[in-house]
Amino acid sequence: MFQSLSDRLQNIFSKLKGHGKLSPSDVDEAMREIRLALLEADVNFKVVKNFVNKIKERAVGAEVLESLTPSQQVIKIVNEEMTALLGSTESKLLYASQPPTVVMLVGLQGSGKTTATAKLAHLARNQGKHPLLIAADIYRPAAIDQLIALGEENNLPVYHMDEKPEKIVETGLKEATKRALDVVIVDTAGRLHIDENMMDELVRLKKLARPHQILLVVDSMTGQDAVNLAKSFQDKLDFDGIILTKLDGDARGGAALSIREVTGRPIKFISLGEKINSLEVFHPDRMASRILGMGDVLTLIEKAQAASDSQQAEELERKIRKSEFTFEDFLSQMRQLKKMGPISQIIKMLPGMPSASGMKNLNVSDKDMVRIEAIIESMTPEERIKPAIIKGSRRERIAKGSGTSVRDVNQLLAQFNQTKKMMKKMLGMSKKMGRKGTFPF
Amino acid sequence: MLQKKKSKLLKRLRSGLSKSRTNLSYQIKNVFQREKITDEVWDDLEAILIGADIGMDATLAIVDDLKKQIKTEHIFDPGELKEFLKKELIKELNTCPNKINPSNLGDISIILMVGVNGTGKTTSIGKLAAQLRGEGKSVTLVAADTFRAAAIEQLQKWAERSGSNFIKHQRGADAAAVVFDAIQSLRAKGSGVNIVDTAGRLHTYVNLMEELKKIKRVTLREADGIPVLTLLVIDATTGQNGIVQAKAFHEALGLDGLILTKLDGTAKGGIAIAIQQQLGVPITMIGFGEEIDDMGPFKAEDFVEALLD
Repeated sequence: MFQSLSDRLQNIFSKLKGHGKLSPSDVDEAMREIRLALLEADVNFKVVKNFVNKIKERAVGAEVLESLTPSQQVIKIVNEEMTALLGSTESKLLYASQPPTVVMLVGLQGSGKTTATAKLAHLARNQGKHPLLIAADIYRPAAIDQLIALGEENNLPVYHMDEKPEKIVETGLKEATKRALDVVIVDTAGRLHIDENMMDELVRLKKLARPHQILLVVDSMTGQDAVNLAKSFQDKLDFDGIILTKLDGDARGGAALSIREVTGRPIKFISLGEKINSLEVFHPDRMASRILGMGDVLTLIEKAQAASDSQQAEELERKIRKSEFTFEDFLSQMRQLKKMGPISQIIKMLPGMPSASGMKNLNVSDKDMVRIEAIIESMTPEERIKPAIIKGSRRERIAKGSGTSVRDVNQLLAQFNQTKKMMKKMLGMSKKMGRKGTFPF
Repeated sequence: MLQKKKSKLLKRLRSGLSKSRTNLSYQIKNVFQREKITDEVWDDLEAILIGADIGMDATLAIVDDLKKQIKTEHIFDPGELKEFLKKELIKELNTCPNKINPSNLGDISIILMVGVNGTGKTTSIGKLAAQLRGEGKSVTLVAADTFRAAAIEQLQKWAERSGSNFIKHQRGADAAAVVFDAIQSLRAKGSGVNIVDTAGRLHTYVNLMEELKKIKRVTLREADGIPVLTLLVIDATTGQNGIVQAKAFHEALGLDGLILTKLDGTAKGGIAIAIQQQLGVPITMIGFGEEIDDMGPFKAEDFVEALLD
């Protein structure tokens, strides 16, 4: 029913690609499409208006029409403006010179504050810090229980008491100093931005805790109202940054652009799932290129590096180049992939994947991964290295050994050959693109 | 009592909007107070509808229809245009009437509540339970969100508040098994309402949607004739992804209705109009606050009134 924003823009650009030079009417058509796409992506209509005007101004100018490849120019302009709109620098969790660093999370009900609190603490701990979580949401039934449970599961200390939020935060901070914990993350209750009493409570908490950072937690599925809530929170609290949650869904996240534009505050983190390690630093350039359908190649590379050592990666690259990629490599790749998170999420990050026909309906679940693993493990070492020798009777044996069917085995063999081809192609592409990420059109 | 509740509902909806710092309300006033219906009026009208999250397709359809009507009816005054718009929206919303609701299901029934994370499923269940208790029904809350930390505890607190029974298993248990047990107990009693709380899930996770299908399958099999109502909880702040969500849940489960929550904010919940229009699933109830009685049946007239206020 809906095309994704990346699909949509890619469609526009493929139309533009067909022309030698851009006429003003081409630009107009592209702008209309961009406007529609952005509105459907939930970018606020005023932000869209500004954005489209900016691009049009630059695109219709001589800069585009006289350049050799006009389509490249338009893509470049859209990408640049979107990156600029999303914020042009990377944001990290900043630690105070004088510990403890106090971070306060605020936001509407159901935006994902409590989950983000635990994830943020996990991230801080991975950076060598000693976090303390403070449970200051006394309103939602069992919100404190939720944080305690998350703390227990992940071995993170949680401070809580049966008191008013002000008192909880005050004593919690003392507790952190006493226990020499250097990062304090305060989970506040979800509230509506127009609820004066509740907003005043946040102002009091801010005065009391003097947080080094206040982060607004925003659901990436938020619609046009994103600008209102962000503006209200900014007026009252002057927050420092944004955590964008539930990006593992298929919302196009236009709210990110809107909020960034109206508040000027950076998006610091994105949250992508139920797992404790699914909080990532926000990269504006990558987000923009992801919106434009470039795939989040860089994030993928970074993740892969964290999960495997670079030597192994180099070895793999050599093998792909020489077409020596075997089922052994496939297996070890798959196991590393598993470390990176759910497979469906990783596939989305690959360039071209959002639009590659056929791939869209591909539902790879972690269950499939287990089956694939079983099939490969039922192959002999020789078969793993030379899959070409796997013929009829070998296929039957492998199917029996892995508790699958010959059809499954055939499917895997076909997939393997496809993967081999794709990897070679991707390698060529990333080489052409270089680290700078120029456009492969 | 009912009158009092209704006025509270409208008041709540309106107070949310009057406090809002959006210029949407201001813009709406501005448009309909102009002297003539110009192109600018149409542009602004479009912006208002999009600003309410009604979405591009529905907005264009509504505006096109209005333009035709204005022509045949010889309307030149933007003030009259507002009345036409209201009628148009109400007509749109009434095309799929809300025939079944939790109150007219009879003596024995099961209500499944589903939705993505953070839309307000558990809170809505608490409110619905209180309402049905007020109607003198025996209500059992079923903790089938066995995944999220403290979800069971949260539901238990609502069971206590609303004076409902409560059925749970351990955290991490099979959700369908909890549902199974709860239905056996319902059948043994012979009357009452089971309200089932399921874990929030993004519709993009195939496995989690499969789990939900299993819950529904088990429910229908064990219910064996007991009416089952499946309600999707949608957050009014949701943008266009709401349609994708609703579609995915509808395809997986077959939805009977929507509960539109958090209408006490500045979000207008226009996405519900788009969902109704595209899927034909009616809005059954609306939620508008944290109090246990901040929930009411959906009335197209009130909703449109608040939308264009």
